[in-house]
Amino acid sequence: MSASVLYDAPGPRAKRLDRTLNWVFSLALLAVAGYIAYAFAQRGVFDDRWKILTDPPKNQEAITVWRALGRGLGATLTAAAIAAPIAIAAGSAVAIVRRGVTSTLTRRAGTVLVEFSRGLPVLMLMFLAKLVFGWSPLWSVVFGLVVYNAAVVAEILRAGLAALPKGQREAGLSIGLSTMRTTLLIELPQAVRIMLPALISQMVVLLKDTALGYIVAYEELLRVIKLNRDYFGENGRYTIPLFVVGASIYILINLLVSRLATFIERRLREGGSRGKGIEPPEIGPTGPIPQSGVGGPAREEGAAAGDPVFAAGRRPESHPIPQRRPGDAEEERRRDALNSRAEIEANRGRRGGERW
Amino acid sequence: MTTFIEEFGAIWGGFLATLSLTALSGVLSLAIGTLLATMRVSPVGPLRTVGTAYVEIVRNTPLTLIFFGFVFVLPTLGIVPGLGFQTALLALTLYTSAFVCEALRSGVNSVGIGQAEAARSIGLTFGQTLSQVVLPQAWRTAIPPLISVLIALTKNTSVAAGFAYMELVAVQRTLMTKHPQDGLFIFFGIAVMYLAITIPLGILASRVEKKVAFAR
Repeated sequence: MSASVLYDAPGPRAKRLDRTLNWVFSLALLAVAGYIAYAFAQRGVFDDRWKILTDPPKNQEAITVWRALGRGLGATLTAAAIAAPIAIAAGSAVAIVRRGVTSTLTRRAGTVLVEFSRGLPVLMLMFLAKLVFGWSPLWSVVFGLVVYNAAVVAEILRAGLAALPKGQREAGLSIGLSTMRTTLLIELPQAVRIMLPALISQMVVLLKDTALGYIVAYEELLRVIKLNRDYFGENGRYTIPLFVVGASIYILINLLVSRLATFIERRLREGGSRGKGIEPPEIGPTGPIPQSGVGGPAREEGAAAGDPVFAAGRRPESHPIPQRRPGDAEEERRRDALNSRAEIEANRGRRGGERW
Repeated sequence: MTTFIEEFGAIWGGFLATLSLTALSGVLSLAIGTLLATMRVSPVGPLRTVGTAYVEIVRNTPLTLIFFGFVFVLPTLGIVPGLGFQTALLALTLYTSAFVCEALRSGVNSVGIGQAEAARSIGLTFGQTLSQVVLPQAWRTAIPPLISVLIALTKNTSVAAGFAYMELVAVQRTLMTKHPQDGLFIFFGIAVMYLAITIPLGILASRVEKKVAFAR
């Protein structure tokens, strides 16, 4: 079960070594975990402070605490739910303008706008709305999220549009559609399709960024945790349980949405190449991250790579089977050049798409 | 406009604070991220698991939450990192190293399988394959994504404004409260400061990207 081509299928000696290493590192990690647990216990992490989640002090009821946390989560989701559609709509509008409008000036303006809003911290935009425009915390948060994410969405879609084969646009123009209609009717649907995973990961980023609302005094999950912590007091004794709950909620939601992105990406990659009749054979890159290669997400084709029998029907990402059609030589050369460019474009979109 | 000139001292201080925080946490997270990436491609199962778990968890955690953890949770355990620079440095390094790891790993993934197979077939060990064949090629493709990690890091230092570190956004907040009528000037002034860091990095990234693309 070697997951990587970086090392061979182990022989007897390597297997022994592997086993030893496995044991050694497992034990070392267990020791570290044990020590941490011990240190936690010494500092009273596992005492009755967890009661705040079941039977809180100060004559409060557990349901009140949980309801407060629920309200915080609701506020977090509200901000995200308002900001996400606006950001996507605005971002698409900018991307469409940058692609479909013939006036160079308008296109340049779009580029400058995108680069400017992408280059600024979200928090800075939130403070602008709050302190200069005097908006409420919720709308300040939404403002910051919308401006930044719209720019990133525009950039993702631009990469997607640039990754499409040139023939798509040429075909649209040659049947007499205007550039705007070509963009809207022909290019955009395909671009959205190939960039869907990147767009979804960007929504994870947006959801994560709602936590910045904590700093501009928007009462979202983190702020509620802080308020509860301060209310129950005792030198922040109850911070840990509340923090653990909050962190778990954040991580769980984000993991779920990230998984969704990966799932869609895989479906697109598998379904797209299997051909559904009118599907064009190749539309740009199969995934935003180069999928070939070493040490990656365990190559399923592994040992069968390049094997005509066992690998039949499967296409190792690193060795795409050239799809030749008669009279294709020139076309092919051009497509290769285009594909390598497309991959770069897609990567750029992906990078724009992650916040970090 | 005059406010901007009068308060330039404060803004410059914020700029230097942002810059030093970015530089230091950038270097640290490059080191830790490389370590994590090595763990994630290593043949040792437990190391892979730890690396993967770390990256998955940190990538799905808001940075604000990590800051919150350092400022409010660790002290209750008796660990008190110095408020301000130290906290910010720790939180940002912890957070960014996960992204550095992913950038490096995608670089490793972009090296053709044939390279590693060739290396193995002439008898190189795992360490030799990685250090002599794969990593030198992986670096080239990993540099542009790494630069955009650094750009993101520059912007992320702003979260420290919420946790008692006087960098650019914290300066912006103080100035906007002090001179509400000049808010927009202050905003654009500070925006220029950020762009002065991020735009050169972005240009560098696209230069490198073009070079790498032609070499392939």
